[in-house]
Amino acid sequence: MRVLVLAKEGNQSAATPPTAEAMAEYQKFNEELVKAGVVVEAGRLSPSSQGRRVQFDGTKRTVIDGPFAETKELVAGYWLWQVRSMDEAIEWLKRAPYDGGTFEIREVSQYEGA
Amino acid sequence: MRSPSTRAREGAVAVAADAHRAIEAIWRIESARLIAGLARLVGDIGTAEELAQDALVAALEQWPSSGVPEKPGAWLMATAKHRATDLIRRRKTLERKYEELGRDVQRDPGDKDLDTAIDEDVGDDLLGLIFMACHPILSKEARVALTLRVLGGLTTEEIARAFLVPVSSIAQRIVRAKRTLTEAHVRFEVPGGPERVARLASVLEVIYLIFNEGYAATAGEEWIRPALCEEALRLGRILAELCPTEPEVLGLVALMEIHASRLRARVGPSGEPVLLLDQDRARWDRLLIRRGLAALERAERLGGAMGPYALQAAIAACHARATTAAETDWPRIVALYDAVAQLAPSPVIELNRAVAVGMAFGPAAGLDLVDALVPEPSLKSYHLLPAVRGDLLRKLGRSEEARAEFERAASLTENARERELLHRRAAECAAEGMSG
Repeated sequence: MRVLVLAKEGNQSAATPPTAEAMAEYQKFNEELVKAGVVVEAGRLSPSSQGRRVQFDGTKRTVIDGPFAETKELVAGYWLWQVRSMDEAIEWLKRAPYDGGTFEIREVSQYEGA
Repeated sequence: MRSPSTRAREGAVAVAADAHRAIEAIWRIESARLIAGLARLVGDIGTAEELAQDALVAALEQWPSSGVPEKPGAWLMATAKHRATDLIRRRKTLERKYEELGRDVQRDPGDKDLDTAIDEDVGDDLLGLIFMACHPILSKEARVALTLRVLGGLTTEEIARAFLVPVSSIAQRIVRAKRTLTEAHVRFEVPGGPERVARLASVLEVIYLIFNEGYAATAGEEWIRPALCEEALRLGRILAELCPTEPEVLGLVALMEIHASRLRARVGPSGEPVLLLDQDRARWDRLLIRRGLAALERAERLGGAMGPYALQAAIAACHARATTAAETDWPRIVALYDAVAQLAPSPVIELNRAVAVGMAFGPAAGLDLVDALVPEPSLKSYHLLPAVRGDLLRKLGRSEEARAEFERAASLTENARERELLHRRAAECAAEGMSG
């Protein structure tokens, strides 16, 4: 199965870039995932101040400029993982070298329609 | 109201159940590395697997109450290593005793200092395990089962279910494979030089066999079994990370990624097969196509464009690049099949080439080639020969002959879904024959 792992911005504002050590730790972890054939795709998002939202209301479309208020829920980055179960995804994620923030794992239902 | 003790008990049961699920997942993640490290230490897969299983049992006994350790992989390895040390010590004592008795006993391969032995490059260990499980001395079936078991971390039951054979057959296959390896004194090693080419070919063959069994199930009710495709893809991706400069590994990964990109489109709403040219290409997985094309490009850059897997990946890439079936570059596919046929001539490749020729230069040209293959003994019961022939005959307006060929193809396939599809095509031909 394929899961989408969403890294929430949490309290760590995108304005404070990660330290060199944190980046090295992250890279080591990411490398381990790649070597295990788990990572299919990964990406980091630029801060929400550069983001836009399009709201739909009937035929009306409203474009809203970032930054967005609900910082804890904002996505800062994502992984697409190929794993055999949700439990496996959880066990991998537990090993990530983070000391704060929330991550969300969601299954991509890829065989049920496009 | 439930008593506090009942609630506590229920809570404990829930914790234990959680721990069991966690252990199962951890086992999936760690088992290959664990078995690989131990196999290098003790020299054979059977003992390594037993030691790893012992560590798993210890985890199942302890973790539900003690909690899962912070580094579960390291915990399992330390536990298993401890037992391996005991075992090696016992073996040595035994060996000494035998020597005292004047008997000839084979030397223990695990003579190195244990700590350095176990902490060496995990990647090399995994490679060693892959090469051992896929050793050409074993039959294809044995290699497939052993690979899924020790590298995929699948249980015997899961492998049996995937291949639709009784559990006892798989269990026996694995036991016999391990025994064969031990009896032949197959060494735990990453082969180099000329031997590496042949050994690597054997590894790639096993991975591709697993993939294909998932991609076009040879038997049973289901047309595809995505879990096997995913397992093979994972093994391929791991191998590509371990051997990043082997073009054929990348070629195979490219081929599997591109083929897997069509899994969704290959099955219709009621589980029936949808053939390549009829597929809704919007349902192809663009991510896998992109990954496949990137892997193919890397293989070609490493000078591997003419490798058998890279060539097949290049053919798959022709389809992947075409936004509609009509845009397919058939002449290029014919040229690629020419190259494959030169490299590894086979009637199946000739048949595929005939299909491409039929698309590029017209059904009559394709049919000439297929007709030449009809006497081929190895294709005598190959259902795709009459299926392809039927297709070309139908395009030439020879409906009655086409119908007979589709019926023949249906009688030859062991896959229920494919049989239905072939019967349907035969019926379509019959209808065309009547209206024509």
